Amino acid sequence: MKIRHDRAKALMVHAVLLTYTLIALFPIWVVIINAFKSRKAIFNDPLALPTADTFSIVGFEEVLLRSEFDVFFSNSMIVTLTSIFFVLLFGAMIAWALTEYKFKGNLLIAVLVAMGIMIPIRLGTVSILQLMSDLNLVNTLTALVLVYIAQGLPLAVYILSEFIRQIPKDLKEAARCDGVGEIKIFFAIIVPLIKPAMATVAVFTMIPIWNDLWFPLILAPSEGNQTITLGVQQFIGQFVTDWNSVLAALTLAILPILVLYLIFSRQLIRGLTSGAVK
Amino acid sequence: MADLKLTDVKKSFGNVAVLHGIDLDIKHGEFVVLVGASGCGKSTLLRLIAGLDEITSGSMEIGGEEVNGIAPAKRGIAMVFQSYALYPHMSVFKNMAFGLKVTGSDKASIQKKVEQAAKTLGIDHLLKRLPRELSGGQRQRVAIGRAIVRDPKVFLFDEPLSNLDAALRVQTRVEIGKLHKELGATIVYVTHDQVEAMTLGDKIVVMNAGRIEQCGTPLQLYQHPQTLFVAGFIGSPKMNFIEGIVKHISEDCLVLTLSDGTITKAYVDSSGCNLDDVVTFGIRPEHLTEDSSADVSLLATVTLVEQLGEASYLYLTLADGTEMVMRTSGESTTIIGEQVEVGFNPESGHVFDADGGALTRLRAGNTKSVAELAQIKAQLSN
Ligand SMILES: Nc1ncnc2c1ncn2[C@@H]1O[C@H](COP(=O)(O)OP(=O)(O)OP(=O)(O)O)[C@@H](O)[C@H]1O
Ligand SMILES: [Mg+2]
Repeated sequence: MKIRHDRAKALMVHAVLLTYTLIALFPIWVVIINAFKSRKAIFNDPLALPTADTFSIVGFEEVLLRSEFDVFFSNSMIVTLTSIFFVLLFGAMIAWALTEYKFKGNLLIAVLVAMGIMIPIRLGTVSILQLMSDLNLVNTLTALVLVYIAQGLPLAVYILSEFIRQIPKDLKEAARCDGVGEIKIFFAIIVPLIKPAMATVAVFTMIPIWNDLWFPLILAPSEGNQTITLGVQQFIGQFVTDWNSVLAALTLAILPILVLYLIFSRQLIRGLTSGAVK
Repeated sequence: MADLKLTDVKKSFGNVAVLHGIDLDIKHGEFVVLVGASGCGKSTLLRLIAGLDEITSGSMEIGGEEVNGIAPAKRGIAMVFQSYALYPHMSVFKNMAFGLKVTGSDKASIQKKVEQAAKTLGIDHLLKRLPRELSGGQRQRVAIGRAIVRDPKVFLFDEPLSNLDAALRVQTRVEIGKLHKELGATIVYVTHDQVEAMTLGDKIVVMNAGRIEQCGTPLQLYQHPQTLFVAGFIGSPKMNFIEGIVKHISEDCLVLTLSDGTITKAYVDSSGCNLDDVVTFGIRPEHLTEDSSADVSLLATVTLVEQLGEASYLYLTLADGTEMVMRTSGESTTIIGEQVEVGFNPESGHVFDADGGALTRLRAGNTKSVAELAQIKAQLSN
């Protein structure tokens, strides 16, 4: 009786999750299959798989040979990786400082961080643009990185604080007795122990950055500084849109993020199974 | 030399005073055991010595040097935590080597020290494993090893054996005792376990509500507890207390009428006593016998029998309702509900005045003080 009930419940949960997964994957699926079809086939039957007749990689050729795809691509990579790195580094440091030390302004900083979670950074676009132009950073990747760090930090601090709080006090005190300095405690003990949390944060941070169109469009729209989401826009014209190229570029753009996700998610799973302190 | 000297050390957390003035003198090489009820401030005291918390007032010296305000790492102490606190992501070797590495020892000497400590503790085959791949006892030894390699002046142990099962506890207890002899280091050791305290300590410090109640050798505490609290705390099962009234006073003994009407002598210093004073008479469970021919006997009803094998504990109720425990031979055939005559030798009795202070016992075993023992030890080693 109990077992059957549990199974029914599990079935329900899985049904819901599966449905959600299908809905989430559907557009991606459509993008990928159409990227391999000829223009005519895309419009005839968008949901059909590519066949021998309709198969075409003209979009990929267009993207790879005739645009600066490599530049967009590396811009996106640089911006995303640099932002993740600093979000993780500063996020963990702030989280450690806020949870471990009592100092003046502790509460103030915690409140500011909490506000950062609640208020979308895009509300400040105009002032950010002004600031960047005052700093002479418009049309640089640096501007994007700075904005993305600010965007990612609040959530990172929030999640990492929770994890740091769970690290037993004894561990830090043992290290202090061992003569380990505070900075070393942070890097040699705290950081390795919150790696799984950092992987989570990395995934959460990475996706909105990679997909962002807003800030690249406003802060770094010039040739040479365009990220991939912005670069793809050149194929979307006011009158004609080169759907083959758009879909091919999007398909290619999925790849790196998929690789990054796989890297981080391995960390995630390893973290979950790595066992507690005692 | 690593003498440890605390003078009027007080500690408050905010408005809550936890330690109310601790004076403690620990000589180099001494094994001092801190005991006391839960929440009396043992861990707090240990953390103060370690430097993990700041003392509120008073002074503390390690090896003749004032350490108020000095960081834990610079005090020359090593602490072994109840939870072991091993770094979960480092191998046993790295766990033990970490402290040495950050303080800048060279690789070869680290290797040597760690291997030596591991050998002493019998964990040299485990050096490559992670803490989660070890048993509780092995983790415990790694934690001790991590303390040893740093060659501290003072070892601090906070209930190190409380997570181990009974057999392992005994084994590790013996090992810690041996280790102390080998290293000759000063050790401060917190425990809840009577046997650990009695067997390991050169000196036991009994704490109660943030104060030191008494401090002395294990036998001193057992035979000459200075307060009711210590009398009740040291010894298991705890000492029996019976109310009594002083009926007669002579130079070396009192005559008491106990609350159930029994009359007994008590060989204590009677100088501060008056006739008809209400006192507490104490007698340990192991000093009661089922022998009706003893000097004094009490009539009691057995309410419960606990058979441990080598001994049995009889829970008794006297005529006036006072409850007592006695330890008797495991062969005893006494059963619940039986009336028994319980005898004792008045020389093994304790007397406490109305304030809970003990009257000096005159005929108890002649125990030596910590200082005397140290002197004898020194003479022997010369
Ligand atoms: N950081 C703290 N803030 C406030 N009060 C504290 C703090 N640490 C300990 N205390 C209080 O100090 C008292 C003594 O605590 P302590 O941990 O020293 O007890 P203990 O003797 O080690 O007890 P146990 O045998 O249970 O370990 C307790 O009443 C505790 O509530
Ligand atoms: Mg404690």
